[in-house]
Amino acid sequence: MQGVSWEYLVGHANYWLFVTLMMTGLYIVVARGNFVKKIIGLNIFQSAVIMLYISMGKVEGGTAPIFPLDGEIDPAITYTNPLPHVLMLTAIVVGIATTSLALALIVRIREEYGTIEEQDIWEAEQEISARERRQYGEVFGEAGK
Amino acid sequence: MAIGLAAVRTRSLFALVMLSGGFSLISAALFVTLDAVDVAFTEAAVGAGVSTVLMLGTLALTSRYERPPVHRPWLPLFVVTVTGAALIYGTLDMPNFGDANAPAMLHVMPEYLAREPHEIGVPNIVTAILASYRGYDTLGETAVVFTAGIGVVALLATLARRRRRRDGEEEES
Amino acid sequence: MRHHLILRVITKILAGTIMLFAFYVQFHGDYSPGGGFQAGVILAVAFILYGLVFSVETVQQVMPPWLVHRTMALGLLLYAGTGVFSLLTGYNFLDYTALAPHQPEHGQELGILLVEGGVGITVTAVMLSIYYAFVGRTPVIGDEEW
Repeated sequence: MQGVSWEYLVGHANYWLFVTLMMTGLYIVVARGNFVKKIIGLNIFQSAVIMLYISMGKVEGGTAPIFPLDGEIDPAITYTNPLPHVLMLTAIVVGIATTSLALALIVRIREEYGTIEEQDIWEAEQEISARERRQYGEVFGEAGK
Repeated sequence: MAIGLAAVRTRSLFALVMLSGGFSLISAALFVTLDAVDVAFTEAAVGAGVSTVLMLGTLALTSRYERPPVHRPWLPLFVVTVTGAALIYGTLDMPNFGDANAPAMLHVMPEYLAREPHEIGVPNIVTAILASYRGYDTLGETAVVFTAGIGVVALLATLARRRRRRDGEEEES
Repeated sequence: MRHHLILRVITKILAGTIMLFAFYVQFHGDYSPGGGFQAGVILAVAFILYGLVFSVETVQQVMPPWLVHRTMALGLLLYAGTGVFSLLTGYNFLDYTALAPHQPEHGQELGILLVEGGVGITVTAVMLSIYYAFVGRTPVIGDEEW
């Protein structure tokens, strides 16, 4: 541990925590077949990104970026960076809108296939394409495959 | 973190949705400690409120339990570990947490803080930036929300109406 | 949910309070945390809560789906209209000085108010229409299943 200061470790622990959280979300998305669970994994991923940005905006000893009402600004007070807040605020709302779009798609998939498991849908697709090949195979000249 | 791990394990989707609601609430508390009160507000209202309701609505329309996974977890685990390692490598030369001299603090932010009081005069800087300095962004975000809404309506509502009409025709004939 | 007396009574009290809070968040967003996005979501939550505890039909008597779908566009139009107005009066797009050319600060505040209003309307309507869309196809779940 020579050359790596304690401050450096503590100062970066938050990034590593969020990276871990992000990877948890990514793992759910990649490894699980259930679509609702994938969406929740995606949400966790998104929250981790949001936390990462917000933590970047934090200033040591800073306070929430709201000026006092009388408009007399004390230059001694440091404010936390408001820019990431703005960006992430809209990102959350847009996130829920797109999430609901995804959920709507899931509902439609369920109505179409009767399942929300990736594996089942893949099998159903295979079956459909095999049937179509049998049906139209002769026309396209690959008889009986 | 613990909730995230629990979310990987559980198979009952209902419990999962409840977990994600709690997760949102905790992250809202975290945002308050990070001085992002606006964001915390949004997260509490959106994450713990609306999204839980929507997820439950989806569950009611689909199924409540997840099947056990068929694949081995090693490949996804490997992919995730490599990606995570790459990201952590990327953070190595990031500024320390709470550093007032970080690049992100030096460029636009002092400009906003200095000009906001006499240009706009709204005490909440987040609102001022949201609606005025970054009005284009917010217009775009609103348009995205609007489009998503249209998408959901197009996917779900119209079909329901068509089906109802079809049912009515069948009854007539 | 016919049998849940406590839920029904509490909801009747809460729904109004939540709406009031939503308007507070909307119009006080200049001074305290809050703004169009949050207020929109909170207002939608008031309707959704009412719809959950009573029935969707009750809510749809107050906010029929066609109205929700129109207000969805109205909010975005209000936002973009503010921008176009300032464009037409010879300023930059979304430059709120156009709203009160002699007192730029008032113009800014009015502009923020209008824009946040547009955002709030859109978000409320979108959340509500999403909720309607989902509920519109949900089979009614009996009390005993919960």
